[in-house]
Amino acid sequence: MGSSPSGGSRFESVGAVREGLSGVDYLADEATAGVVYLADRLDKPVLVEGPAGTGKTELAKSVARWAGSRLIRLQCYEGLDESKALYEWNYRKQLLRIQAGESSGTTWSDLEDDIFTEEFLLSRPLLEAIRADEPVVLLIDEVDRVEVETEALLLEVLSDWQVSVPEMGTVSATRIPLVFLTSNGTRDLSEALKRRCLYLHLDYPSVEREREIVLARVPELPAHLAGEVARIVRSLRLLDLRKPPSVSETLDWARTLVILGVDELDADVTESTLHVLLKHRADIAAAARELKTAG
Amino acid sequence: MLDLLAGFVGELRAAGLPVSLTENIDAMDAVRHVPLDDRPALRAAMAATMVKRPEHRPAFDAVFDAFFSLAPAVADGDDDTDLSALLDEALRSGDEEAVRRLAHLAVARLAGMEEGRGVRGSAYVFKTMRSLDVEGALARLLAGAGWLERDDLAAAGQRIRDEVEAEVRRRLVADRGPQAVARSVRRPLPEDVDFLHASREDLAALQRSLRPLARRMAARLARRRRLGRHGRLDFRRTLRRSLSTGGVPADPRFRRPHPHKPEIVVLADVSGSVATFARFTLQLVHALAGEFSAIRTFVFIDGIDEVTHLFAGADDLAAALVRVHEEADVVAADGHSDYGRALETFWARWGREITPRTSVVILGDARNNYHASSAGVLGDLRRRGRRLWWLNPEPRSYWDTGDSIVAEYAVHCDGVFECRNLRQLEAFVSQIG
Repeated sequence: MGSSPSGGSRFESVGAVREGLSGVDYLADEATAGVVYLADRLDKPVLVEGPAGTGKTELAKSVARWAGSRLIRLQCYEGLDESKALYEWNYRKQLLRIQAGESSGTTWSDLEDDIFTEEFLLSRPLLEAIRADEPVVLLIDEVDRVEVETEALLLEVLSDWQVSVPEMGTVSATRIPLVFLTSNGTRDLSEALKRRCLYLHLDYPSVEREREIVLARVPELPAHLAGEVARIVRSLRLLDLRKPPSVSETLDWARTLVILGVDELDADVTESTLHVLLKHRADIAAAARELKTAG
Repeated sequence: MLDLLAGFVGELRAAGLPVSLTENIDAMDAVRHVPLDDRPALRAAMAATMVKRPEHRPAFDAVFDAFFSLAPAVADGDDDTDLSALLDEALRSGDEEAVRRLAHLAVARLAGMEEGRGVRGSAYVFKTMRSLDVEGALARLLAGAGWLERDDLAAAGQRIRDEVEAEVRRRLVADRGPQAVARSVRRPLPEDVDFLHASREDLAALQRSLRPLARRMAARLARRRRLGRHGRLDFRRTLRRSLSTGGVPADPRFRRPHPHKPEIVVLADVSGSVATFARFTLQLVHALAGEFSAIRTFVFIDGIDEVTHLFAGADDLAAALVRVHEEADVVAADGHSDYGRALETFWARWGREITPRTSVVILGDARNNYHASSAGVLGDLRRRGRRLWWLNPEPRSYWDTGDSIVAEYAVHCDGVFECRNLRQLEAFVSQIG
C-alpha cells in the first residue's frame, strides 16, 4: 500500500466526545460516545443500526458539525450503482472532445490518453471522500436499501480506503475519513460488511435520557412537562404499535405542546395531539383506548 | 489479560455468538484504547467490535458480567433493614442506588448461597426473587396505579431483577471463577429458543424479535422476486435516452417484469402441545401477507375450521390469535389431535378450492393419538395443489416414536421440515417465498 494514510486521533477521550457532542445538542450515551471515539482511533467505519428516528443520521451530522469537518453524504436506494456511488466518466464531455479532436486532427492514442483523465471524471460521494485533503465525515445513509451485490462496492473503500479506476489506476486516501453507515435493519447486511465495521445499535432512549434530549432541543418546554412527555412516549412504545413514536416525533410533540401553551398534560390534551406522535389510524385508536382505561 | 480475553471470546462462541477471527483481533485492538477500569467503556468497546446483532446483546452482557464485573460496590448492611420496605421504595422510585442496595441485601439473605456448592446461577436468582416476592409487591402497588405508573413500576421491577442477577453472578464469580459462572447463566439466543420448551421470558424475547424478522424477510422475498429484473428491452425508452448521447444507445432501458406471488393455505394444529409453535408460525406468515397473493388459514384439533376472516384486516395479530382460540370450531369429538379426521373434513369441505397455484403448509407434530391417518388425503392435496409442505416442531429424533406418524404423511409431501426455533422457521419461509 506504500505510505499508509493516517486518519486520526482527532478526539482525545470518550469523555471529550461526549462533551463535544452535547455542545452541538446531541446527547450521546456512554456506548455511542465510546464507539465514535474508537472509530477515530482504529480508523474503522461505524455501522449504526436501529429503529427509524432514533438519531442515526443525526449522529453523523453532529459529529461533523462538532469536529468542523465537511459532511459528504451518500443516500442509498435500490438500484444504486457504482456510477452513482463511486465515479462516472463524463460521456457527453468525452464525445465533445472526440468531435473536437476529429476536426483538429489529433491521433487516437493522444485522444485516448486525454479523455480518461481527471478532467472527464465525475466524482461521486465515495471517491470524493477518499480524495478529500481536509478531514471529512462520510455518511452512507440507509445502506440496507441497496442490493447485496452493490454492498460489495463499499468493501474496497471501507477496508483499504482506496478506489480502483481501471483507466487511471488506484486512488488512495490521503486522510482516512470518519465513516458512518446507517441501517434501519430492513434486511440483514452481509457478514463481510459487518465484519469491517464497528457496530452501534441505537435504540429508543431511556426515560431519563429522552427527557434531557427534549429539554436540550425544546428549551421552551417547562421542565416538569418534559418528564411527563418522556414517560408518555415510553409507555406508547411499550404498546404493540405498527410504528412506535420516534425521538424526532417526541420533539415535534414537545414543540406542539409549547405552541398550544399547554401547562398540564392530561388525558384529553394527550389524546387530541396524538396524531403528532402516531401516524397510523390503528395505532392512534390503540393509544386512545389505553388512555381511556388509565383514566 | 490476554488469557482472560481468550477465555471470554471462547465463552461468547460457546454461547452461540458468531465472533470471527478479524472481530476478535479488532476487539484486542480496541481494548488498548480504553482504560481497563472503566467498565462501561470496556463493555462498549467489546460490544462494538464483536456483537453485530442487537438480539445477541443480552447473551453478550451475561458473559461480560461474569468475566469483567467488579466486586460488590455496597458494603454489607446491618441485618435489621426491612427488605419489604426497601423493596417498596425501590419499586416506587426506581432509583439506582436503592435498587442496588436491595439486590445486595436480598441476595445475601435469601439466596442461600454457600461457598463450594454447585454453580446454579439461575436457581439462586429464582429463589431470591420468589422469597423477596417482587411479583406480589408489584401487584399490590399496581392496584391503584394509572397507565404511566404501571410502566414505571414494570421498569423498576425489571431493574431489580437484572440487579439481582448481576449480584448473584458477582458472588458466584468470586467463588467459582468466570468460566463456570458464564456457563450456568447462559441464555439462549432468541433464534435458538425451542418453541416447545420456551420459558415465559424466552417467549417475550421471541415475540419482540418476530416483527423485525418479518420485516427483514418481507424485504428479502420482495427483493428476490425482482431479481434478474432485467425484463425485455424497452425500445422506446432506450431510444429516447440515446438522444442525449448523440443517438448512441449507451444506456439501455428494460421493462419491469411482473413475477407472480404464491398463494398459501396453512393448516395448523392448535392443540395444547404445539400451540406455541402454531402461534408463532401463523404470526410470521400473516406478517408477511403482502408477499403472498393470498393466505387462507385453517386451524384444527380433531375438527377443522377456517379462520382467515379473523386475520383479515386485523391490526393486532395477537388479538386475532386469541379470537382464533375462542371462536374457531376445532373440537369435534374429544379434543385430542386427530389429523386423519381433520384432513378428511378439510378435503370434503374445501378440497375443491385448492388450485394448481396453491401451496399448502401443514403445521403439527403428527401425534395422532393412534387414530386413522387418512394419509391418502395428502396425496390428493398434492396432486391438486402446487406444493405441500409439513413443518414439525419436534426434534427429528422424536419423529415416528410413540403415536407420531410423520413418515406416513411424509411420503405424500414435497418436504417435511424440522422447525424447532425461529432460525429454522426463517430458513423455511425464505425458501417458499
